[in-house]
Amino acid sequence: MIENIDLIQSALPFLLRGTVVTIQLTFWSLLLGVVVGLPLAFAQVYGNKVVTFFTAIYERIARSIPLLVILLLINYALPMLGFRIPVFRAAVLGIGLRSSAYQSQIYRGAIQSVSGSQLKAAMSLGMNKLTAFTHIIAPQAIRIAIPPVTNESAIVLKDTSLAFTIGVVELVRQGDYFIATSNEPMVIYLTVAAIYFVLTTTINLALSLFEKKYKIPGIGIEGGHSDAY
Amino acid sequence: MLDIFLDFYPLLFRGLGVTLLITLISCTSGTILGIFLSLGKIYGNKLVSRTVTAFIAIIRGTPLLVQLFIIYYGLPAYGIRFAPITAAVISFIINSGAYQAEYLRGSIQSVSSGQLKAALSLGMTKWMGIIHVVLPQALRRVIPAWTNEFIYMIKYSSLAYVIGAKELMTEGKLIASRNFQFFNVYMVVALIYLVVIIIFVHLFNKFEKKVAIPGFDFER
Amino acid sequence: MPTKHLLKIEDLHHSFGEDEVLKGISLALNKGETKVIVGPSGTGKSTILNNIIRLVPPVSGKIYLEDVEITSTKKINQIRQQIGFVFQDFGLFNHLTAKGNVMIGLTKVKKMDKKEAEKIAMEELERVGIGGFADSYPSQLSGGQKQRVGIARALAMKPKLILFDEPTSSLDPELTGEVLTVMRNLAQEGMTMLIVTHEMGFARTVADELIFMEGGHIIEQGPPEKLFKNPEHKRTREFLFKLTDLYGEGEE
Repeated sequence: MIENIDLIQSALPFLLRGTVVTIQLTFWSLLLGVVVGLPLAFAQVYGNKVVTFFTAIYERIARSIPLLVILLLINYALPMLGFRIPVFRAAVLGIGLRSSAYQSQIYRGAIQSVSGSQLKAAMSLGMNKLTAFTHIIAPQAIRIAIPPVTNESAIVLKDTSLAFTIGVVELVRQGDYFIATSNEPMVIYLTVAAIYFVLTTTINLALSLFEKKYKIPGIGIEGGHSDAY
Repeated sequence: MLDIFLDFYPLLFRGLGVTLLITLISCTSGTILGIFLSLGKIYGNKLVSRTVTAFIAIIRGTPLLVQLFIIYYGLPAYGIRFAPITAAVISFIINSGAYQAEYLRGSIQSVSSGQLKAALSLGMTKWMGIIHVVLPQALRRVIPAWTNEFIYMIKYSSLAYVIGAKELMTEGKLIASRNFQFFNVYMVVALIYLVVIIIFVHLFNKFEKKVAIPGFDFER
Repeated sequence: MPTKHLLKIEDLHHSFGEDEVLKGISLALNKGETKVIVGPSGTGKSTILNNIIRLVPPVSGKIYLEDVEITSTKKINQIRQQIGFVFQDFGLFNHLTAKGNVMIGLTKVKKMDKKEAEKIAMEELERVGIGGFADSYPSQLSGGQKQRVGIARALAMKPKLILFDEPTSSLDPELTGEVLTVMRNLAQEGMTMLIVTHEMGFARTVADELIFMEGGHIIEQGPPEKLFKNPEHKRTREFLFKLTDLYGEGEE
């Protein structure tokens, strides 16, 4: 027991360095997911048939191929096309693009769930479409989207562990390095798991704080999204 | 790419077979585990309920990859050793069980308490009521979540590759490194996943229409 | 001349938290009798029925089914098999057809052979006039049809008596008639029934005895004609007159 605590203590500096990378991976991937996912959602809701068709195909593909395969493909494809990028960016690209497909579904659902009669009511007051969107649709849609986005953030956080397979030195790989010298896989992996648990719990806690603060009676903020495929 | 597929399809299909088998075993066993966990969480005494709640939270709050490593690399230090494929299946069952427990808990709680009351009024015990009245309804409502879980598991079963369990992804990697054809082989693997998942999505949609019971509309 | 009661309740008390809803209820039912409990909402009428089969265990008091004291018995499941219960919200099992609902108590509780259970289920569904809906699911039935399935399900268990907890309160007015007709027929066939309802016309014409409750007490009980025409308590008169004014005397 004592030696385990000593072991964890000596491993922690490395693991925390990995944790920082994991958090960075999560942040940039999520950001890429928003940047690509939001336009996709608008395209699906407001776009014409051709646009919706192609966005649907993009989503179908991004959601059907395992993240591991996406990461390996990006890792091998880009150099073939003449791009040499660091593995960190390759990982962000893979994780972020995949997340964009899931995020776009969330945003689309949120926008659609408040459109319709709300938009009509806003226009009946003389608002134009843009004003109606920013003042009526968006405030409600954001409240609806936040819980599933939080959930998606936790998923992305956990999935950044796959970046380990293309050589990003994040939390899991730092753990691996330390195991190579200490030969105590159980203790180290459990510590790694505990760090992830703290991170995901923090994300969920942030959600419940947000819900308390911004809850409007009648606007469904519910945790967890069912991923209709 | 076509030539790669033609040259190696027996290996790739064998891998795909293993992938689907792993998925099927993990999902169905995960359902059984999930049923016990959710019942423990809802109907168990305080100790059981809290233990189960903590277990579910921990599994859902940590990456599957780390769980896999704990089982495959961590346990041997305590004399528990699994073949790669066994380790993969065990960790998938545990992971899927925890997620399915949460889906099930939601759908069990959506079955109104009046249903259990009516079962008791006929002379059933509480557990008879749960088994014959509450669970059948809860399981029906959970079908969309279950098929989702199955689709997820097809994809996440590729993680077995990191410990060398010979499913589709591992077969792909072996072919790729033997022939130095990484991009093309992984592209073929990606296409296989894509096609398989599109087929399953289609099949599940049909299946859900077929098993629909009036009054049990799936929301999707 | 001591009569052997089928059901006897002695000094029944119940409270929800601080709120005492039953303050000493005593009543008895003979075989073949139909008694109807009426009274304002929130006076604990339904609680009595729930206390009897311990869906809500009573706080104190004694309840006997024939000579078995059932408030403390460990074998409450056997008692529940002998006492039918019809719910206000029907309590039909949503995943089972009408026939399945009637059969499940027979096959799972009484361990009856499936064929035999099916035969009984069909008989009971015919008896309440919905044999044609045997294969429909609850969501495909009207409220009146649902409640008749509920009654058939209770009947199939061959109970010694049936408790009705506001069986028509969830129904649209035009659907209450079909349920009340079934209940009227049961009364004429000699089924023992304890009914909580607001249907005054039904109470007046079908009940052997009317029980008027208010504030957790039984204010007055007796033959319906007496309570309607010549009640001993002012409150009984006020209550019954008000309802009769509101809803009329007939039910059809």
